Amino acid sequence: MNDSTHDASSRALSNLDLETPEKPYLDSNELIINMGPQHPATHGVLRVILKLDGEKVLGTECVIGYLHRGVEKIAENRTYTMFNPYVDRMDYVAAVSNGLGYCEAVEKLMNVEAPARAKYIRVILTELNRIASHQLWLGTHALDIGAMTPLFYTFRDREEILKIFEKYCGARLTTHAFRIGGCQYETYAGFEKEVKNFLTFVAPKIDEYEELLTTNRIWIARTKNVGVISAADAIALGVTGPVLRASGVKWDLRKAQPYAAYSEFDFDIPTGTNGDTYDRYLVRMAEMRQSLRIIEQAVNRIPEGPIMAKVPKIIKPPVGEIYHSIEAPKGELGYFIVSDGSTQPYRLRVRPPSFVNLQALDTMVRGLLVADVVAVIGTIDIVLGEVDR
Amino acid sequence: MAEEAKPPVPPPPPEGEKKPAAEERAAPASAEPAKPAAAAKPAGPVPVPWTSPLVEKYRGQYGSGLDAQTYLGQNYFAVDRSLIPDILRLLRDEEQFDYCVDITAVHYPQREKQFDVVWILYSFPRNERVRVKTQIADGASIPSSVSIWATANWLEREVYDMFGIQFDGHPDLKRILLPDGWKGHPLRKDYGILQQDNEWVQINLGIESGQ
Repeated sequence: MNDSTHDASSRALSNLDLETPEKPYLDSNELIINMGPQHPATHGVLRVILKLDGEKVLGTECVIGYLHRGVEKIAENRTYTMFNPYVDRMDYVAAVSNGLGYCEAVEKLMNVEAPARAKYIRVILTELNRIASHQLWLGTHALDIGAMTPLFYTFRDREEILKIFEKYCGARLTTHAFRIGGCQYETYAGFEKEVKNFLTFVAPKIDEYEELLTTNRIWIARTKNVGVISAADAIALGVTGPVLRASGVKWDLRKAQPYAAYSEFDFDIPTGTNGDTYDRYLVRMAEMRQSLRIIEQAVNRIPEGPIMAKVPKIIKPPVGEIYHSIEAPKGELGYFIVSDGSTQPYRLRVRPPSFVNLQALDTMVRGLLVADVVAVIGTIDIVLGEVDR
Repeated sequence: MAEEAKPPVPPPPPEGEKKPAAEERAAPASAEPAKPAAAAKPAGPVPVPWTSPLVEKYRGQYGSGLDAQTYLGQNYFAVDRSLIPDILRLLRDEEQFDYCVDITAVHYPQREKQFDVVWILYSFPRNERVRVKTQIADGASIPSSVSIWATANWLEREVYDMFGIQFDGHPDLKRILLPDGWKGHPLRKDYGILQQDNEWVQINLGIESGQ
C-alpha cells in the first residue's frame, strides 16, 4: 500500500494501480452519463449531461427547452390583455408573482398607477404565493434528498393558501389574479379574517418544518458545504433571489427598488454566509416568516377605495420601451416590453430567474458527488416552465 | 424610442444618433417646465436627454458614438456598435455595473440595421439600472460579453437561438431552447407564429405537423 496521504478518490485508485494513481478509475476515460429529461429529481423535463470520474462530477451541461412554448412570440401576437393569463404558465407555482410583474410593467409603460387598495391586495396575494412556492420547494427538495415527511406537511399547509386563491379568483394555480391597472375582483367577505387565520395557522407549521430538518444530522450532512457558490461568482453569473442572499449579498428588489406597496412595510432581508445548500434552506425558511410579517401588516392596514385605476378598455401604451422587474420567489423576474403604440406588444422579453439561476448549476456541482447534483438542482429552485418559457 | 416612432422610415444615420440628437434639442424647449405632464397629453411621454456625471464622462470620451436618454425614468445609452465591448467593460470596471440582468434583441425588419441588441445592467453599489443598446445589420456579428459577465453565456445563446445574431468570442454559441438541428429563428418578425421547421418535426417526431 502506498502510505502517503491521499484524498478519497486517489485512495480508491491506489488499490488498482500503484504506479500511476492519477490514472482514471478502472483505466477508463471519463464517464458521460445522462440525467433526465424524464427524471423525478429534475423537477420537470431538464436533461443534465454529467461528466464523471467515478462518482465525482467533473462537469455538467444542461440541455433545456423541452417545455419551450414560445411565450415571447405569443406575446407579439396577442393584445396586452390577452397575454396576461399566459404569464401564469411560466413559473406555475408562483403565478401570482408573474402576473404582478407583467401588470406593473404594462402599467409603467402606460404611465398609470394601481390604486392603494389594489396594491395591498397584490402584496397580500403575492406574499401568500411566495410562501406557497417556498413550501413546494421545501417539500420536493427534502424528498429528493430522502426526507419524505416534509412533503406531506408542506403540501397540507400549502393547500390553505390555494383555498384562499380559489375563493378570491376561482383558480388555485394559474390564478390570473391581477389586471392591468389593478385587480379585477374585490376581496370576498371574510378575506381579511381568513388571511389572519392562515397566519396564525402557518407560523407554528414553519417551526414544525424546521424541527424536522434544521438540526437533523442527515439533512445537515447532505446540505452543509454542498453546492457552495461565492458571492462574487453568484453576481458574475447573474444569480438572484434566495440563492444570491444565501451567499451573503443582502439584496432584495422589494427593498432595493420597491414596487407595489412594499416600501410601506417593515421586514428584513435574511441572508446566509456560506452560500451552501443549507444556508439557502435557512434563508428560504426565514423568508417565509418575513412574508408572514408583511402579510400581517398589509391585512391590518388594507385601505378602502377603488381597486382599478382608470384604464382604457383597449390597452394601447404609447411608443416606447420599459424594463420592470420584481422579486419573485426565485429571484429577479423582469419584463422588457417594447411598444409600437398598437394594442399588441412589439416585443416582450421575460427575464426569467430560473433560467439564469440554472446556469450556475455547473459552478455549484463541480467536484461534488452524483448524489449531490440532485440536492443542488433542488436548492436552486427551478421551475422548468419558466426556464423554457 | 426615437427610432421606433416611425418604423417605416429606415433611419439614415448609421448609429441612429442624429435623430436622438434632434430630439435632444427639441425636448428641453418644449418640455422643460413640466416634462412629465406637458408631453403626456398628445402622444405620451417622450425620451429626454439623460444628464449625469457618468454621461458627461463618456460623452467626452466617445462623442457622437454615444447617446444617452431617459424614458419614464429609465436611463439608456444608444451606442455605436464599434464601441460595444469597450463601453460594457468600462461600465463594469469603472462604474460598478457588476450585474448583467439580461441581454436581448428586438427585430425591426424595415430598418437597414435590422436588430437592436439590448443589455440591461444593474449596479449593486449604486442601486441603479442602465440599458445599453446598439443597432446591427442582419448577418453582422457582435462581440460577446461572456468575458465581462459570465451570465452572458446562456443569454447570448438565447439571442442567437431566437434571432440568429452571432456573438464573436462566445465559448459555445449554439441553440439553447430549440433543438440543435432546427432551421430558422422564431423571434424574427418574418417568422410566423404557426411556422415551424416541418422537416425537423417530421424526422424527429414522425408527424406531419405539430399543430
